[in-house]
Amino acid sequence: MAGKAIKGKTLKLGDNISTDLITPGRYAHLRSNLPELAKHVLEDADPEFAAKVQPGDILVAGRNFGLGSSREHAPVVIKMSGINAILVKSVARIFFRNAINQGMPVLICDTDKIAAGDEVEINPDKGIIVNTTTGAVLSCGKIPPLMSAILDEGGLISYIQKHGDFVL
Amino acid sequence: MSNKGQTLAEKILNFKSPGVSAGDIAIADIDLAFVQDTTGPLTMRQFNNSGFQYVANPEKTIIFLDHAAPSPNRQLSNDHLFLRQFAREKGIALSEVGNGVCHQLVAENFACPGDVIVGSDSHTVTAGALGAFATGMGSSDIAVAMALGKTWLRVPESFLISLKGTFPRGVYAKDLILHLIGLLGADGATYKALEFNGEALTDITMSQRLTIANMAVEAGAKVGLFPSDEVTRQFLAAQGRADHFRPLVPDADATYERTIAMDLSQLMPTVSLPHTVDNTCAVHEIKGTKVQQAFIGTCTNGRLDDLEIAAGILEGKKTHLSTRLLIAPASRRVLKEAISKGYIPTLLEAGAIILPPGCAACLGLHQGILGDGEACISTANRNFRGRMGNPEGLVYLASPATVAASALRGEITDPREVL
Ligand code: SF4
Repeated sequence: MAGKAIKGKTLKLGDNISTDLITPGRYAHLRSNLPELAKHVLEDADPEFAAKVQPGDILVAGRNFGLGSSREHAPVVIKMSGINAILVKSVARIFFRNAINQGMPVLICDTDKIAAGDEVEINPDKGIIVNTTTGAVLSCGKIPPLMSAILDEGGLISYIQKHGDFVL
Repeated sequence: MSNKGQTLAEKILNFKSPGVSAGDIAIADIDLAFVQDTTGPLTMRQFNNSGFQYVANPEKTIIFLDHAAPSPNRQLSNDHLFLRQFAREKGIALSEVGNGVCHQLVAENFACPGDVIVGSDSHTVTAGALGAFATGMGSSDIAVAMALGKTWLRVPESFLISLKGTFPRGVYAKDLILHLIGLLGADGATYKALEFNGEALTDITMSQRLTIANMAVEAGAKVGLFPSDEVTRQFLAAQGRADHFRPLVPDADATYERTIAMDLSQLMPTVSLPHTVDNTCAVHEIKGTKVQQAFIGTCTNGRLDDLEIAAGILEGKKTHLSTRLLIAPASRRVLKEAISKGYIPTLLEAGAIILPPGCAACLGLHQGILGDGEACISTANRNFRGRMGNPEGLVYLASPATVAASALRGEITDPREVL
């Protein structure tokens, strides 16, 4: 169970988008000032990103998204930019865990079938993504049960506040 | 539970959650949880936001001030103030500016074979060198781990990296792990445990094991594990922690998802080219590439033997006029020993700049930010675009020997030419 369908317009990036590209080390001094840090989201991958992104957009990228550092600020600023879900060919493990902990769904699919600006509709429960611009139907991997439960609560902190512990 | 043989990863997680095997979810009590100064503030805010009052095991929780050490600006200084106050309020230990990089201090002082260690830093995997299941997580996970004293982990499948032979002259553990990452790819071991074993193990020192385990995450791995053996026992004894030793080896009939055999004697000095760690080639293939900065340090290669190698190459010589050589010992202990053994005086004579123990130039927030178009050859573990503070900078990764040789010539140099 990972909630209801998510619809949105896509923004697209390539392979190997590291946490250094999402939130560079040179902005480490802004990490206790998230609104300022968020202004630089993905700056080194696409300098126009912060200007282009609209609330409700969906971020699409290639292989090994989020590789690198454990900084949870990476999914935090992506979420603050208005992105509602991330679709990738593959995702680095710490970023995946951090994104789910921030209530941000990350789904694995063949993102070659999605172009920048396409409208997509994600059905996490069914494991299906429909590219409503092209009509293509893509299958996507399901989020494992415990992580899906964390996502349903909107993130790890609210999950723990509710359950007091991990429930398997 | 089946009686099938266990990998090291399965064995350690079974200590915590009996009956689990690869693919299962384990709930594990934590032996050590730590944060550093760039991920710590968010961790503590998540802890406070959750309404938690107490840290479950204050004696097993540590805050390290190492990334901005000493702090280059007001904001990071205020983050340090916040972390110091949190440590005082919760009764947890804090390692001050100048003590060194978290992973080095964890290896020297805390990690034990069979431990489960979580840190809000991706290179937490370093402690796998001691046979600890050590892995990096984000701030929310560490906040919850601090509060509950436990975390959840999916038991990973393991790749066996079987090592034989001995390193040729001029070839080191760094070359081995760079070569392996080139082979696997930066996502080739995502979610997996890399388990190092084989007949070469007895000759691979703890410092070399730390270098190798440190970079497991650069192939996407969750953990990089070495068995706990005689090398481990001697290392712990040398740190005054002989009682922390316990032998730990995988079962002979353990199941591995993949086995990769490596012959150390076939390896060459290896370098990662900008901007991904798996973009590797032999050093001689790019020799002559000019470098304006050379950096020896970090949790990967800032230990005593690394400085000894560099001092050996630079003794009685001068670094090239157009190349600055930065040295950051990984810990205060490393710095003290490197002074008493004469390595630091030798490096100073050769023209090196000695930085305080800590992360220094590694992550681009201070102490060695590159100018536009400048190239640095570094003993660190990452060369992502922007890593050294400037997206227009270029970072090459190599062994301390290759970095020292390159500092000498002002261009990327195969260390076998100067040894
Ligand atoms: S030395 Fe570099 S890689 Fe190691 S912990 Fe510090 S910033 Fe991270």
